[in-house]
Amino acid sequence: MTLSILLVVSAALFCIGLLAALSRRHAIFILIGIEMMLAAANLNFIAFWRFAPQPAQPTGMMVAIFAIAIAAAEAAVGLAMVIAVYRHFRTTNVDRLDRLKG
Amino acid sequence: MNSWITSNVWLVPAVPLAASILILASGKSARRSAVAFAILGQVVALTMSIFAFVSTLHSHSFRVVENFTWFTFGEQNLRIGFVLDPLAAAMLIMITLVGLCIFIFSIGYMAEDKNFSQFFAYLSFFSGAMLGVVVANSLLLLFVFWELVGLASYLLIGFWIERPSAAAAAKKAFITTRIGDMGFFLGILWLYHQSGTLLFYDGGRGCLENAGLVALGASATFIALLIFCGAVGKSGQFPLHVWLPDAMEGPTPVSALIHAATMVAAGVFLVARVYPVFGVGAINGVTPSLTVVVWIGVITGLMGALIAVAQFDIKRILAYSTVSQLGLMMVSLGVGGVAAGIMHLLAHGFFKALLFLGAGSVIHGLHHEQDIRKMGGLRRLMPITFSTYAIGMMALSGVPFFFSGGWTKEEILHATSNWPRSHLPHYLMLIGVILTALYMTRQIIYVFFGNRHAASEHGRESSRVMTLPLIVLAVCAILFSVVLTPAWPWLESYLTGHSARFDPHLLIQPMIIVSLALVGAGVSLGIWIYRRAGETDPLQHAQPALFRFLENKMWFDEIYERTVVALSAILARLSDWMDRHVWDGLVQDIGRIGQFFGRVTTSADERVINAGVDESTSGAHGLGRLMSRWHSGQIQTYLGAVALGMLALVLLYAWLG
Amino acid sequence: MSSIAFVAITILTLAAALAAATLQKLMHAALSFAVMFVGISAFFFLLGAEFVGLVQIFVYIGAVAVLIVFTILLTRDDVGKVQSFNWSGVIVAIAVFAGLVWAIANTKSLPLTPPLIEPVRVQRIGELLMTNYVWPLQCVGVLLTAALIGALILVMEEKT
Repeated sequence: MTLSILLVVSAALFCIGLLAALSRRHAIFILIGIEMMLAAANLNFIAFWRFAPQPAQPTGMMVAIFAIAIAAAEAAVGLAMVIAVYRHFRTTNVDRLDRLKG
Repeated sequence: MNSWITSNVWLVPAVPLAASILILASGKSARRSAVAFAILGQVVALTMSIFAFVSTLHSHSFRVVENFTWFTFGEQNLRIGFVLDPLAAAMLIMITLVGLCIFIFSIGYMAEDKNFSQFFAYLSFFSGAMLGVVVANSLLLLFVFWELVGLASYLLIGFWIERPSAAAAAKKAFITTRIGDMGFFLGILWLYHQSGTLLFYDGGRGCLENAGLVALGASATFIALLIFCGAVGKSGQFPLHVWLPDAMEGPTPVSALIHAATMVAAGVFLVARVYPVFGVGAINGVTPSLTVVVWIGVITGLMGALIAVAQFDIKRILAYSTVSQLGLMMVSLGVGGVAAGIMHLLAHGFFKALLFLGAGSVIHGLHHEQDIRKMGGLRRLMPITFSTYAIGMMALSGVPFFFSGGWTKEEILHATSNWPRSHLPHYLMLIGVILTALYMTRQIIYVFFGNRHAASEHGRESSRVMTLPLIVLAVCAILFSVVLTPAWPWLESYLTGHSARFDPHLLIQPMIIVSLALVGAGVSLGIWIYRRAGETDPLQHAQPALFRFLENKMWFDEIYERTVVALSAILARLSDWMDRHVWDGLVQDIGRIGQFFGRVTTSADERVINAGVDESTSGAHGLGRLMSRWHSGQIQTYLGAVALGMLALVLLYAWLG
Repeated sequence: MSSIAFVAITILTLAAALAAATLQKLMHAALSFAVMFVGISAFFFLLGAEFVGLVQIFVYIGAVAVLIVFTILLTRDDVGKVQSFNWSGVIVAIAVFAGLVWAIANTKSLPLTPPLIEPVRVQRIGELLMTNYVWPLQCVGVLLTAALIGALILVMEEKT
């Protein structure tokens, strides 16, 4: 288990999350993708913490904890928005949500 | 007094000119003052001329030259002034004396005319201009006065302007003399170009002095001939003689003054004045230019005499006689008899003026009848006129001994007989003498002898104011012969600068016998032909075709009308067409070019500039539309853009190390 | 030993992630989404960050995944409609993956073996939270409060 492999894994995870966010039409899928990307980033942080030269501060861990907290908050708000949008537009297809079209 | 006048000869032309201005200024109705000014001006001029003449008697080869620098431009000076020498002095006296007689005659002749004062103003103007020609010190000044003389002639010939024939005659005179003047001017220019000066005498550098003549070189002949053109025009030589008979449309005093005594003499005077130019390179006194002068004079002399035989207007006969006599003078100058020619000029001035004034007296007495066929038997009605006219006629015919014309004519014949080139002029001039006597006899018989015609029933002798000048001139004609006799050739010596001897033996010469015989033959021939002349001329009866040819002035006017006048009319029409279509067309084309450029600019502005602006705005539009499509409102689009941006950053960081 | 675990966890995680990204049925995708997080937690455990792994399980699987399921249930109306797949997203994802891999590969001096560490005690984490990271802690607290209120407002129905 080298750092590079770990980084590649987290990169793959990140890209799969990006894939989910970009290619699905459902709003919830986009949120899922975002969560995946955040998780991949957390993995990155922990990996770097693990392979850091010793003695190291547990900075990576702290950041990961905070990231999880923030991700949770953001997921809550995002999902609330999906519900509100669904109530208004009766759809969760983001293609039809183009009121901000310029 | 003498020295004063020699330094102020310029006053002689100035006084009559001033008188003319005064007359014009005082208005139309001031008749008496007009006459006073004119007569006074002429008398003063005559007095000064006499004084000038007297002062020239001091020495042989007298010459006073005054060149006054008027202004300078660059390196050239314009110098005006006068020349006083025997030639000028003699001319001055003749002009002022004859002029005075004519002025006095005009008081009576023009008494009923409404433009009386204007007439005297013009007469004075003419007198001043003619005197200016005589005393001018340079060709330029002479040309200026020459043109003024032409102008005065135009004004006087067309004095009765309301008559269309008079207006046409004035125009013809001006234009014909203009043609001659053109040649004259070209000659002046060429002369100036060659010799660098137009002054006659300038302390050795003048154009008539040695240095100037040498500078002319081979062009002297052409220059002389060009200057001769001016003389041909002014003196009515062939082929520019056509204006002179038409000029009889003017009042008779005008004919007397201008076309008998003075203006036409100006041409002869010009040749005499610039004689050195004619004589450059003379071999035995013969040069090409002088030869041309001789032949032109011969043709003119013969032609004038022939036509005069067939004319019926009393003034026309005298007019053609003048043409003929001027030809004779030119011949004399051409063969080298300059003094003889000038003497004949002076004598001719007196007796021709006398003849014209006599004719005027007849016309006035018969209430402006001019056809000789309607006259007759006037010698009892108008005795003074008849006797003075007869004296004039004998002088013109050339009766020697008592009449000046005889001596001078004999001198001319003498000179022509000595011409080395050819004797033909001599013989032709002899024929001319016969013809002269013939037509003058014809005229006298028609007018004064025979039965009285119906129209001349009411004629009476003219008033004293008109007959007095006749008498004066007649006396001059006789007295003048005193100084002309070969026995005491005083005038000839005066003019040429040689000394004179009184030698009675020279009185009888072969030429005198010949001329006496010729004159006698002419007169007797005339009496024989015309003694029973009536309405029809006997010659007309005998040779109708030839007579008609001569009567119509050898069809000269008609020929000129068809050729020269028609040509100038064509040229005028051509110029008009060119002006209208070519030059106007050119201007219009340029205008069209301007318009074309305007159109080009407009379309460029519309298509290029406007279009460019439009294109760029629509491009901006399109770009805006394109870019607005990126704002799709789609979350995934934005997210995709963010991902790609992030990738780019990552790559950038990795690449930068 | 650890490498076998590593490979297994990797395969699990990635497979679950792919499933979550591509499954058509929303419920299935949500559930595999939860499985993915299990895998990630296992990663954390493997890497020695046990506390983070546990927190992950609590928060993500216990809260976030459940939230997603609830939301799916609440927005059920058009679940029957076939949703189209956007292929350009795939291309972008692959591009980004390629770029990241290239960047990783070009990074020099990455450590090959994990160094020996002593396990981090929870007490230590608590201490750090209260001393070094007290300010982020408070901020996160505020953030969570705000998120809570915001979410409530967002889904509150208007009184008509």
